[in-house]
Amino acid sequence: MAERCAVIGVGQTHHKAKRDDVSIAGMVREAAKAALADAELTWSDIDAVVVGKAPDMFEGNMMPELYLAPALGAVGKPMLRVHTAGSVGGSTALVAAHLVKSGIHKRVLTVAYEKQSDSDAMWALSVPQPFAAPLLAGAGGYFAPHIRAYMRRSGAPDHIGRMVAVKDRLNAIHNPYAHLHLPDIDMKTVEESMMLWDPLRYLEACPSSDGAAAMVLAAEDSLSGGYPPAWIHGAAMRSEPTMFAGRDQVNPQAGRDCSADVYAQAGITDPRAQLDVAEVYVPFSWYEPMWLENLGFCDLGDGWKLTEAGATAFDGDIPWNPSGGVLSSNPIGASGMLRFLEAAMQVRGQAGEHQVDGAGLALGQAYGGGSQFFAMWVVGADKP
Amino acid sequence: MSPAGRTVRPVSIASFAQMQNVRRDDEHNEVEMLMPVVAEVFGTIGITKDDVDFICSGSTDYLIGGPFSFVMALDAVGVWPPRAESHVEMDGAWALYEAWTLLQEGEVDAALVYSFGRSSLGDLREILTLQLDPYYLAPLWPDTVSLAALQARALIDSGKSSEAEFAAIAARSRKDALANPKAQVAGDRSVDELLRDEYVVSPLRRHALPPITDGAAAVVLAAGDKARQWSDKPVWITGFDHRMETHSLGARDLTSSPSTAKAAEVAGVHDGPVDVAEIHAPYAHQEVIVREALGLDDSVRINPSGGPLAANPMMSAGLIRIGEAAERIRSGQAGRAVAHATSGPCLQQNLVCVLEGA
Repeated sequence: MAERCAVIGVGQTHHKAKRDDVSIAGMVREAAKAALADAELTWSDIDAVVVGKAPDMFEGNMMPELYLAPALGAVGKPMLRVHTAGSVGGSTALVAAHLVKSGIHKRVLTVAYEKQSDSDAMWALSVPQPFAAPLLAGAGGYFAPHIRAYMRRSGAPDHIGRMVAVKDRLNAIHNPYAHLHLPDIDMKTVEESMMLWDPLRYLEACPSSDGAAAMVLAAEDSLSGGYPPAWIHGAAMRSEPTMFAGRDQVNPQAGRDCSADVYAQAGITDPRAQLDVAEVYVPFSWYEPMWLENLGFCDLGDGWKLTEAGATAFDGDIPWNPSGGVLSSNPIGASGMLRFLEAAMQVRGQAGEHQVDGAGLALGQAYGGGSQFFAMWVVGADKP
Repeated sequence: MSPAGRTVRPVSIASFAQMQNVRRDDEHNEVEMLMPVVAEVFGTIGITKDDVDFICSGSTDYLIGGPFSFVMALDAVGVWPPRAESHVEMDGAWALYEAWTLLQEGEVDAALVYSFGRSSLGDLREILTLQLDPYYLAPLWPDTVSLAALQARALIDSGKSSEAEFAAIAARSRKDALANPKAQVAGDRSVDELLRDEYVVSPLRRHALPPITDGAAAVVLAAGDKARQWSDKPVWITGFDHRMETHSLGARDLTSSPSTAKAAEVAGVHDGPVDVAEIHAPYAHQEVIVREALGLDDSVRINPSGGPLAANPMMSAGLIRIGEAAERIRSGQAGRAVAHATSGPCLQQNLVCVLEGA
């Protein structure tokens, strides 16, 4: 019964530490207009709008879809607001896809954003709450112990994290929208950067960005735009409880189940061999080898060996984050959608200088919370 | 239903449960509030969480005053092994809409929808100000009651309603709530008596305002064989839509609700007679606006549950309207019902769900 659904337009802002030239509405509209232009559509062609972002406290604007409705052309239309923690950019795209796949709408605009400079994410993540231990550490402090656990389990040498930090930043040089452009970065500069949360150094952490991402999703009979569509071959979300004895936060079951579901839908049995490129949520360097294992690109304990061998480099056999990834741009709510969007750009052949030659099948992955929320899709150049 | 004339897959409201609505629940956290509700919504139809394919919730961080309030709430269900799950920062009625779209695809047959909110934790009247345009409106701190009062004044000035009608709506709602054991505010007071209440913000007197409510609610949606297995008398969603209006209050005619009218048209409210309507009009005067937008005549029974004037749990009051409307059909009191939910200042966003018996 489900209709086929494809990405027919993508748009994103230039991600920066402070977009003080625009309001939140101006920023999301910038991405949305770019996506409409890419799809060769206007506001009136859109049936519904799905917007997503991370916690409202990041900007201090409660349920901001109400305020953003006119800027996103949603007046008179259905509008949904998704919030699934850091995976939200991906989940938002998936909710929009359901509106098309169900046959309810023909063309849906989906937008995700964060304007981190309007507030302080570290503060917003650490508000003391009754009956809960304060985090007081932001995301890096939360994830660092899990990275240590991964290093211990896998026996990975210390330099793997630095390799990812360098690789993704050098990739970002070829992405004009990336927040960080660090052409001089090398292993030494990463190693000499300040220790933030052992073993994570400053240059192994994502930046704090303002930015937005937008896509137009369409049904098979409503395609448009100058680039070929990126067909959705598989899509899934998974969640698991935040804490319980025995939960494996290094290699979460929800991530494994989510990828297994998506691969089954897309007919993928060997992701490393069958996928041409992957855009994966790597906010801290070590999450590349960790997710390589979680996503089944290699056996358990071997993720770091792929990174070390250059398999995930731009010229490797399975490039990861040719856009520069979350390590180069992190407008939190949009970071997941950017993964989905960059995967679509690759199979549409519109990634410019960071285009992977002949990319036909791509994975977009987003995760959030304390690694308990996952959203993924596989998009392809061929119709499923 | 859709622009393409899509065939709607029948989806039933298989089960509905809600917490006892209270002014302030100091004894339970969000998980503890939800756990009995989730247990009840499964238990009344004899199923477990393993029988649903998808979970979707609605809540807002601004009630608890911290980020990710939905994260721990998921423990009320216990998603192990991991489950397909999503969350909207909206009333649970929209979470139900998201789950319904998934069921429309035909690949899964059952979903759990829940929502929760402790409105009592902060100063709700001020907190809701943060929904406003953060650059031009929120810094002026127009509070939610004052904005509703502006709308009520415009309605009186337009000649469409009166303070006496507001009082009549409040009197009827609280009287009906006497028969609703889950209601927070119930009583039998005459219109004349209510009109002697003091103004909170003119022209809104105390009775025309909703109570501040802590609450939670849950619904199980089912399609296909499961819908018939889980109920002898399924209540079907036969039409469903929601629409947004512009944010700028000055650009809207506050005495009408074109978004409700549009959603009603798309959902097919007028394709048959309406016996009962559960309207999410937190302020008494808003019932007048929504009723007109839905095109309901005087024969339609409005808010037999007492409606949001009897209990207005933030983020659940809309979902409860759908559940209450379904219960009227299940009990045989109605054959066809309309449920409405709203979000934002002065009815900015509205949802309409049409329900029918077998």
